[in-house]
Amino acid sequence: MMNAQIPETGHPLADTVARFVWLLPLLPLLGFVVNGALALSAAAKIGPDDPSAGQDHHNAHDHAAGHDDHGHGHDDHHPARHKYAGIVSLVGPGVLLAAFGLAVAMFLAMRGVKMEEPFVLQLFRWMPVGDLKINAAFQLDQLSMVMVLIITGVGTLIHIFSVGYMQDDPGYPRYFAYLNLFVFFMLLLVLGANYPLMFVGWEGVGLCSYLLIGFWFSEEANANAGKKAFIVNRIGDFGFLVAMFLLFANVGTLDYAGMAEAAQKLPMGGTVITAICLFFFVGCTGKSAQIPLYVWLPDAMAGPTPVSALIHAATMVTAGVYLIARSSILFSMAPVASLTVALVGGLTALFAATIGLKQWDIKKVLAYSTVSQLGYMFVGVGVGAYTAGVFHLMTHAFFKALLFLGSGSVIFAMHRAYHATHNHDDAQDMRNMGGLKKFMPVTWALMWIATLAIAGIPPFAGFFSKDEILGTVFARANAGPLSTATLLGVPGHVVLLIVYVIGLASALLTAIYMTRMMIYTFHGPNRTGDAERAHLAEAPWIMTGPLVVLGVLSAFGGWLNLPELLPIGPIGTLEHWLEPVVGVATARMAGSGEHVAANTEWVLIGVAVAIAVIGMSVAFARLKPAALVQKSASPASEGFAKVLEHKYYVDELYDDAIVQPVKGISTTVLWKGVDAGIIDGLFVNGSAAVTRAMGWMGSQLQSGQVGTYAWVLVIGVLALLGAFTSSR
Amino acid sequence: MLAESLALSAALFAIGVVGVLTRRNAMIVFMCVELMLNAVNLSFVALSRLYGATGQVFVIFVMTVAAAEAAVGLAIVIAIFRHKQTVDLQNINLLRG
Repeated sequence: MMNAQIPETGHPLADTVARFVWLLPLLPLLGFVVNGALALSAAAKIGPDDPSAGQDHHNAHDHAAGHDDHGHGHDDHHPARHKYAGIVSLVGPGVLLAAFGLAVAMFLAMRGVKMEEPFVLQLFRWMPVGDLKINAAFQLDQLSMVMVLIITGVGTLIHIFSVGYMQDDPGYPRYFAYLNLFVFFMLLLVLGANYPLMFVGWEGVGLCSYLLIGFWFSEEANANAGKKAFIVNRIGDFGFLVAMFLLFANVGTLDYAGMAEAAQKLPMGGTVITAICLFFFVGCTGKSAQIPLYVWLPDAMAGPTPVSALIHAATMVTAGVYLIARSSILFSMAPVASLTVALVGGLTALFAATIGLKQWDIKKVLAYSTVSQLGYMFVGVGVGAYTAGVFHLMTHAFFKALLFLGSGSVIFAMHRAYHATHNHDDAQDMRNMGGLKKFMPVTWALMWIATLAIAGIPPFAGFFSKDEILGTVFARANAGPLSTATLLGVPGHVVLLIVYVIGLASALLTAIYMTRMMIYTFHGPNRTGDAERAHLAEAPWIMTGPLVVLGVLSAFGGWLNLPELLPIGPIGTLEHWLEPVVGVATARMAGSGEHVAANTEWVLIGVAVAIAVIGMSVAFARLKPAALVQKSASPASEGFAKVLEHKYYVDELYDDAIVQPVKGISTTVLWKGVDAGIIDGLFVNGSAAVTRAMGWMGSQLQSGQVGTYAWVLVIGVLALLGAFTSSR
Repeated sequence: MLAESLALSAALFAIGVVGVLTRRNAMIVFMCVELMLNAVNLSFVALSRLYGATGQVFVIFVMTVAAAEAAVGLAIVIAIFRHKQTVDLQNINLLRG
């Protein structure tokens, strides 16, 4: 790394702090090495790292149901802190903080210069094979800068929160090692200057996601959730790979630099470019949890709550949005693919939002909410509002990280109360909560900010980003290449209008389910239990501190990209900032269409806000937290509510339609038939049997009788002599 | 003279071959092998009249090898006899597969 060379010496960033861009991913990697070494050395000294030894404290956070067999809580011991906890608490968040500081310095340097071309730092030649020349290179441009700031900034806050949340976990160094490794791969994903390098990060974050979902792996459900995430993601990665192959075969380069010119070879809206984009989108559906591959994300809540906040809400799951924004030049050439992205995103947003209406587990509500909001982001990048998609990605990172960390702090308090009274109830079920406002006022206030933000109430962050996406969908339905394209015979403008309506409907549902979550968690009477109530208390400051920062960001994040209609600050900062990266593609997607008239835009904003307000009012009017009873006493739900609570039975459907047939075919055909029958039976054992048979036949010639041998010898000699003499 | 010598040699060789093929006693088979070797020696000597002394030199080699072979072969035969109290080849099939 030290012999990094900068070919573009003329680049304005070449002499600034940006030349240390390789240090960004290196810092978390360093943290991973240190924490990993501490985890291993601790394990080596005190015996195998057995998380079941002390998991009584935290396992109940995430899978508290049916936990009685663990016998936790019967003794009053409080697990001692890990012996390396001190140094790990410094290294883990420390490297993130350093990386964030470096990122801010680079950001300031970038603001100081005028750059049109991205800054590419070549490290070394990675795969020079014939025409395929792939370099290990980092690309720092406006888009990757935004992502790096989100990842390191939100990441630092979540690391700090984890210090409090995970304090008594026996796997403390291991946790931070994985978390640091995740940030390393995530930075590699956004900083890589070509698709293969992005793919390395893409796979790496998947690995870390797997490791962290199954962090408490001694519980089988957690381990299974990790496996499910990993396998479902592999399906998506297959699409990513195929897209890369197609791209190289047809365009001849995998670097972002020069992609715009190289892609001109392909016909606009042709089959090849559409296929490339659709295969990329298959990758996105896996990583970013869209229909049909979203099923892993709700299960991923089995991991520790800060992990859900960092990986499964703020950063990793948005990688698909980043991928499309990064490939905006390709997607703008394929209107059909873009329409598909928008439609799938819209359907996912609505579908997940309906499921979120009837979940009782506080983290499950947030998980489906994440799936739904990711759907919004895809609607944004699908209709060519790349800035809006990235903007929503950013505001979502703020408010969803806040919601997850807030729920983490609620679960923390709930669990502490249950732990103190040796109760084994579910610490994550909202039916066991209620009235927590009195006990946790800071968390309550901050989570309300995040809820208003996600519901789209002005002036909180989510309002601006969501409104920009919906407004762009409406505009694209009226003009531009998308409105004239057709998707499966349906005209583009009809598809976009459907997406717009779906978006509005999802916004309504979002307001309802988020308000429902807040009402059931924080308002109404407390249902935790009389003995437990005395132990409910706000989480320590190391946990609420990051929440406050995220609360400020959720409240004022919208100022980063204000629409022209609301001149309450600088207009469209993010849009101007991202203009060199996505400007060309955005212009192409906008077509020659005029801007939507200001009056219409006011109406659109009014409708969006009205819907959010209606949703929250409906939730307040209809939901009666006083009527709720504890989870153990709750009756099973009926009718459509039951269908929603069981997530439309999609998991069961996948199990019957895909998993079981695959297992059946694997067992009967592939294992018993091909492997045991043909490979083992015919080839391995068969060749052995043939050899043995021929050996037996040969051995029959060896009678051991010297006379016989002599006869054979003589006959042979005579035959040879006869042959030689007669041929003469 | 050459023709007679070669004919005698061929006859001796044939006798040796028939002996090897038909007799069961290891000693007799062994002697028949010697007979075959000496039949060849005879033809070497006879042909050396035509082609020079090479054949005679070769006979010395053959006799040396035959002597060595006799020493080893007889030792094996004695060892087998001590072990099995017989040298009938039909009873000796240690090499059977």
